[in-house]
Amino acid sequence: MILQAPAGTTIGQPSLIAMLFFFAFISVTLGITWWAARRTRTTEQFYAAGRTVSAGQNGLALAGDYMSAASFLGIAGLVSTTGFDGLIYSTGWLVGWPVVLFLIAEPLRNLGRYTFSDVVATRLRQTPVRLAAALGTLATVTLYLIAQMVGAGGLIRLMFGLSYEHAIVLVGIVMIGYVLFGGMIATTWVQIVKALLLMTGALILALLVLLRFGMNPAALFAEAARRYGEGVLVPGKLVSNPLDAISLGMALMFGTAGLPHILMRFYTVPDSRAARASVFVATGVIGLFYLLTFVLGFGAMVLVGPEAIRAVDPGGNMAAPLLAELLGGTPFLGFIAAVAFATILAVVAGLTLSGAAALSHDLWVSVVRKGHADAREQLLVARVATLALGIVAVALGITFKAQNVAFMVSLAFAIAASANFPALILAIFWRGYTTAGAVTSMVAGTLLTLLLIYLSPTIQVDILGRDTAWFPLKNPALITMPVSFLAGIAVSLILPEPSAAAGYAALERRMHLGGEH
Amino acid sequence: MKTLRDLDAARWRVALGLTAAMVFLYFGFVLLVAYGRELLSIKVVPGLTLGILLGALVIVASWILTWIYVRWAAAHYDPGIRALGRESRR
Repeated sequence: MILQAPAGTTIGQPSLIAMLFFFAFISVTLGITWWAARRTRTTEQFYAAGRTVSAGQNGLALAGDYMSAASFLGIAGLVSTTGFDGLIYSTGWLVGWPVVLFLIAEPLRNLGRYTFSDVVATRLRQTPVRLAAALGTLATVTLYLIAQMVGAGGLIRLMFGLSYEHAIVLVGIVMIGYVLFGGMIATTWVQIVKALLLMTGALILALLVLLRFGMNPAALFAEAARRYGEGVLVPGKLVSNPLDAISLGMALMFGTAGLPHILMRFYTVPDSRAARASVFVATGVIGLFYLLTFVLGFGAMVLVGPEAIRAVDPGGNMAAPLLAELLGGTPFLGFIAAVAFATILAVVAGLTLSGAAALSHDLWVSVVRKGHADAREQLLVARVATLALGIVAVALGITFKAQNVAFMVSLAFAIAASANFPALILAIFWRGYTTAGAVTSMVAGTLLTLLLIYLSPTIQVDILGRDTAWFPLKNPALITMPVSFLAGIAVSLILPEPSAAAGYAALERRMHLGGEH
Repeated sequence: MKTLRDLDAARWRVALGLTAAMVFLYFGFVLLVAYGRELLSIKVVPGLTLGILLGALVIVASWILTWIYVRWAAAHYDPGIRALGRESRR
């Protein structure tokens, strides 16, 4: 069986067309930033785009925030090299969105202003809750940022031939530019442009693949099985431990509903009905994208071949770009490379903005200044926090060069599921929730997740090279999420807080009727 | 007219019911992947195994569940909330 490996690939050589697409994207998004900067004069505009984003726009922006380079390049690569096992991820990354819709989106919009800790802190004591929520937010955002920055450096080096450090600094500068000057308005539009580009690229690529198989995905899968065995169409070794799979599933399903940069987006729409509609749009777009990864992954397996894909990058990340080059030549490769770059930029911009909101709105304004900071100061602190976080992101990206950081994304989801999500649910749902309960739940959820990840095979075996790990699961959410819920409930029952319970009726009213009531 | 308490209870019933359905569908799929390899190997049509079909159906089911919620909220929740909002502004 001779593989249809492309005789030569231009991946890694700077191509004129890739550069043109790349500069077009940068020019358009910086133009948007310039336009947005003139509309960013208040904190409400900086953090929440003045609450004027429509449901459809926010749906696309949510999709843009969520579909990282890991999902585009990583999952296509995983499917192209493992077949069915990769598809388990394609489904797993979507199932958190219905949960966001059913449980979180509307109450969050009605109860908070800029960050999810606004919701947790309603009726509870501000300082301790804000501190604990900032811990969960910053842990989630930092881990997610490291994974994105390191991935960005590697991908840009692979695709444009730029050095790793230059790539990281370039991403950092452009991203800081978006957020610092254009705030949430620019970040939202960058997400929308990126989501449209990514969907266009994925749709064209899938269409080009299917044209070769009579528009019939089953014919594509059958050809994959004919070449690489029936094993590529059935579960393989990836899910050898069912508890591992369930634990990761819990992190993905409930962590999505606790990601600070996703939650922050619900404040950009005018009301809770728009928040609801925007999740519906996002679920549609993201679901379609993951369905397309079925075709892209198997398409790359059949047309490019797993060996050729691994030869360019052992992780398989270049499957989609290689497929684009094979089917559409260098111009299409240039387009896909620019899309991947846009994807990375947009995601790090969203993460940085949500981290900056935690530093400035939660920590500076609420904890240090006890809510008595004027509008000018708030905006200034938000911008200083953005700049600081952007520089930290670049430094972390360079520090973690060549480290295996893929696990950090699922770790970020585990913390979001074990610290942010339980706190939000209990604050919205339960009259008896208290300050002590909230703090215990969030701090225990964050620290226990970090501890168990350290003791897990992910770090002990894969990174430190030990033979065994003390904790058996690769992702700790199966343990840490229930522990966080139980800690929050138990501490609230032991130390009741009458004033918090008394405030619940008002919270309930505002949750349904909105802020004006 | 429905009270806020009624609407609150109805929304949580629907929201929790749909969340439970999503949990059941996705973790059911994960357990099938772990324990039902034989079953998932069945060919629905040549090339399309039950495993791939069910994986795609989990995505389609997510769409349907979100659609059900949006429809329910527009038909049963929003009108009640609007009426209460008018009431409280009076």
